[in-house]
Amino acid sequence: MPETPIKMIRRPLLLIFCLCLLPSCSNLGVKPHQRGTLAKESMQLVSDPIEVGLDDHIYFSKEATSGGRGFGGGGCGCN
Amino acid sequence: MQLKSKNKPAKDVGLALAAATCTLLGGVAQAEKGDPGTWSFDAAFLYYSEDNSRVQAAEPVLSATRYFDTDKTLNLKVVLDSLTGASPSGATPSDGVQTYTRPSGKGEYTIQPGTVALDDTFHDGRTALSASWNSTLNREWSYSAALYGSAEHDYSSLGLSSSVSRYFNQKNTQLNLGLSFSADTVKPEGGLPVGFSRHALQAMGDFDAQYAASRNGDSDSKTIVDVLIGFSQVINKRTIMQFNYSISNSSGYLTDPYKILSVINDDDQDVDYGRNAVDANGLSEYVYEERPDKRTKQALYWQTKTMVGEDNVVDASYRFMTDDWGIQSHTFDFKYRWQFAKSYLEPHLRYYMQGEADFYYRYLTASQFDAQFDQLDAASADYRLGDLDTITVGFKYGRTLHNDKELTVRAEYYMQSSSGENGIGALAQQDLYLDTNALMFTLGYSL
Repeated sequence: MPETPIKMIRRPLLLIFCLCLLPSCSNLGVKPHQRGTLAKESMQLVSDPIEVGLDDHIYFSKEATSGGRGFGGGGCGCN
Repeated sequence: MQLKSKNKPAKDVGLALAAATCTLLGGVAQAEKGDPGTWSFDAAFLYYSEDNSRVQAAEPVLSATRYFDTDKTLNLKVVLDSLTGASPSGATPSDGVQTYTRPSGKGEYTIQPGTVALDDTFHDGRTALSASWNSTLNREWSYSAALYGSAEHDYSSLGLSSSVSRYFNQKNTQLNLGLSFSADTVKPEGGLPVGFSRHALQAMGDFDAQYAASRNGDSDSKTIVDVLIGFSQVINKRTIMQFNYSISNSSGYLTDPYKILSVINDDDQDVDYGRNAVDANGLSEYVYEERPDKRTKQALYWQTKTMVGEDNVVDASYRFMTDDWGIQSHTFDFKYRWQFAKSYLEPHLRYYMQGEADFYYRYLTASQFDAQFDQLDAASADYRLGDLDTITVGFKYGRTLHNDKELTVRAEYYMQSSSGENGIGALAQQDLYLDTNALMFTLGYSL
């Protein structure tokens, strides 16, 4: 029997909830003056947006999965 | 024109994270900023080449970013895509010569024994334009809005997206909410095929009537709505992490109009058991695929970046995806950036594995054909919906030139490996799951 939408998202939501508790750990994070390393371009979560865009397009057209990091979206016939 | 400094730290990590976390339709807004009133430009050229003379693609990209006030940017991007060659049609190889009609209905192509069916005259071009605006509202909130449009000769897409971000805990924590909407139109060559209808062959005496009977209209549409909820967390001075949950709902025409399935003789008492089923005139039977008209995907994404040693960066991510087509996938991605004085070297390893869709069939049978597929709502032999493992290995080399311009070269090798059940009878002698390897070469230039 196919899973209902609620059942499908139950586990991901539970995981998200647990992950959301993480920030409450008081020992996480830094003071503003300690951000020197994190502010470097190489430490940005996406340090090369064009490269990410090209990769997303390739894998969108070759695999059944897209998105996750950002939106999966459409935009390509990709036959 | 004033050039931005590549080595300049981002003034606001929060805004950079907002741009990075909520991307537009696969593209990503600029993560770093220049001085107000300046432009920065990034250009890249991708060359993609599959072995066995399959798909070859060239894709130039130009991105321009205008820096307004201290925390406002406008990014404009144009992508041109030119490709030749198609992915396999879905038909199985055979021990005999096979002939197929081109999608337009004009002309045919012949495939030799033991060879996967490809229409090697296929070529396409795509032009994509996007604009995105990123801004902070105050110390705690930022937002982005974006528009996207693309056109191919048989496909067009219009999209818009928006995201908001809220900072907490001295900007060590950031929550993001993104929404995206896309409206796509499919206008296949030769019109829309009717699912499970027979692929008309030129050798048929009544080809025109048969071809017309396999078509239903010229175009159709689909809509895609994406919702993304995520947060990023600064762990310590050297580590940052993000988690995303996304749900994507597609509805409308989700079928690939160029894909077909072979109909195989499943009479095990017949001498042609496992060969293409044929009609009274001895012509092989193929039918067009049909997919459900709805799909809901959900994905979890985790990424961590941490600096090790003097200036080296580890970038690791994992993505889990599940959908109501029965597909599940896992994606592991790992990069290690070795930083030198004026350059860096970044090896990359990516592993992707997916399970097949509920309606994936490598072929259909004559029994199903005779029963007019009354037990099937959907069927596709597209290998991209089957069991699939892929590995990408490669490296990127970046070098800062004079005046802070940066040149990057990336070479990667992409290996796809499909698998599934062996065919029945004579079909078991054929290689039903052809592996594909591709070389990807990217040249990038930033100023």
